[in-house]
Amino acid sequence: MTAFPHDRLIHGLAAELTPVRRLPPPSLRALAWLAAVAVIAVCLAAFADIDAVRQRLAAAPDLWLAVLGSTLTAVLAAIAAFELSLPDAPRDWAALPLPAALLWVAASGFGCLRVWIAPQTHVAALSEARDCLVFIVALSVPLSALLLVMLRRACPLRPGLTAAVGGLAVAAAAATLLNFFHPYDAAAADLSVHAAAVAAVVAANRALGGRIFAGRIFAAAALPNDVTAAGAGSN
Amino acid sequence: MPQRLQLNVMTLPADGRLLPSPFPCKATLVSRVRDARMVKAGPQNRSTDDLRRGAQMAAAQAGDRAAYEALLRDCVPLIKAVAVRQAVPLDLVDDVVQDVLLTVHRARQTYDPARSFTGWLRIIAERRAIDLLRRVGRQRARELHVPLTFESYADENADPAGRSDYAAGSRRVKEVLATLPERQREAVQLLVLAEQSLAEAAIATRRSKGALKVNLHRALKALRAKFDEKRL
Repeated sequence: MTAFPHDRLIHGLAAELTPVRRLPPPSLRALAWLAAVAVIAVCLAAFADIDAVRQRLAAAPDLWLAVLGSTLTAVLAAIAAFELSLPDAPRDWAALPLPAALLWVAASGFGCLRVWIAPQTHVAALSEARDCLVFIVALSVPLSALLLVMLRRACPLRPGLTAAVGGLAVAAAAATLLNFFHPYDAAAADLSVHAAAVAAVVAANRALGGRIFAGRIFAAAALPNDVTAAGAGSN
Repeated sequence: MPQRLQLNVMTLPADGRLLPSPFPCKATLVSRVRDARMVKAGPQNRSTDDLRRGAQMAAAQAGDRAAYEALLRDCVPLIKAVAVRQAVPLDLVDDVVQDVLLTVHRARQTYDPARSFTGWLRIIAERRAIDLLRRVGRQRARELHVPLTFESYADENADPAGRSDYAAGSRRVKEVLATLPERQREAVQLLVLAEQSLAEAAIATRRSKGALKVNLHRALKALRAKFDEKRL
């Protein structure tokens, strides 16, 4: 062949070049995903007792802060995940949702004290807490699927981190929407179930999404075959 | 590039002592800041080479194969320089080049022509170089390169004579079988060698099950006698 060692690969890549549509900026793509979440929120709100939710939030300021924290976490984590999905993104983007997540955890943690501060409030029984778990996990499945498909269009070179931050966005969004159907004040057992659900969603996203992204990037097996075939044909 | 390579040579601090430069794998704060600045550089700060590469990549996104091929060729020395700077062993530099070319191909829709192409490429090349070093490190921790093992240690379970013994045995059985009367031979072939059931063999030979059993027993008795005779 030629003296140039990568000629064959370059020729093959050029031969299979197809026009691509440039990706929109990450913040716009994050906004698209958040819009989908908002549509789901509107649909769920139609079934929820909005007045009761409003009264409950007004009565307990720490709940307000927790909802604010989880909403902010969802928005910031979605932006961070789309930024991280670019191949040249710095790792520091992963820190973007952390302050909001801290607010969320701190405000929720304050709810654990409720049993001692106001013993007469109705706290969730374990069976009701299980409903929370089911709700968060079930809502996370379609949200995760949508997010993974959208993130996959880019080329994350840090697959595990990108998928984990995406998982945080999904879990935070699901936890925010849970407030529509949460007619009792959060308490320690309930909150630990929420935390477990969020952790499970993040871990599942990291494992599954990380594998999907890594398979696309690191297992170059599908591409070189095409490329070498194309390169061999041209020789 | 000459500016970059200088990071790896000895630096002379103000107090005059000679100190080795920071380990090349670790990007220094200065180079990180410069990376960030290069990526976000506006068109006025970009070199003509970089602007040309950016334009070629934009053309490649639209499907221009000639521009893409020229661009990838142009990338190879840049990728090699990055790989060497990341302390990739020289025999693995070409692997990094291939990985990066494939990654650029996969990620071509993420390139924004408003940004520096060279900076984009360099960050991808650095990451793929580190990925490769990790992969090789993991592989070396798991695997041993011992090319002479096969020659130095014999396989204790290997039995080169076994195969010929088996061939000789089956030949002897065939010879002895040929000396049996036809009905007995038939019974052995169907019931023992072909592993058919009595019922199947009975249908195939149109004989009764009892007759087949009798023939088999007679055949086995005759075979045993003949083998004993040969062994003696």
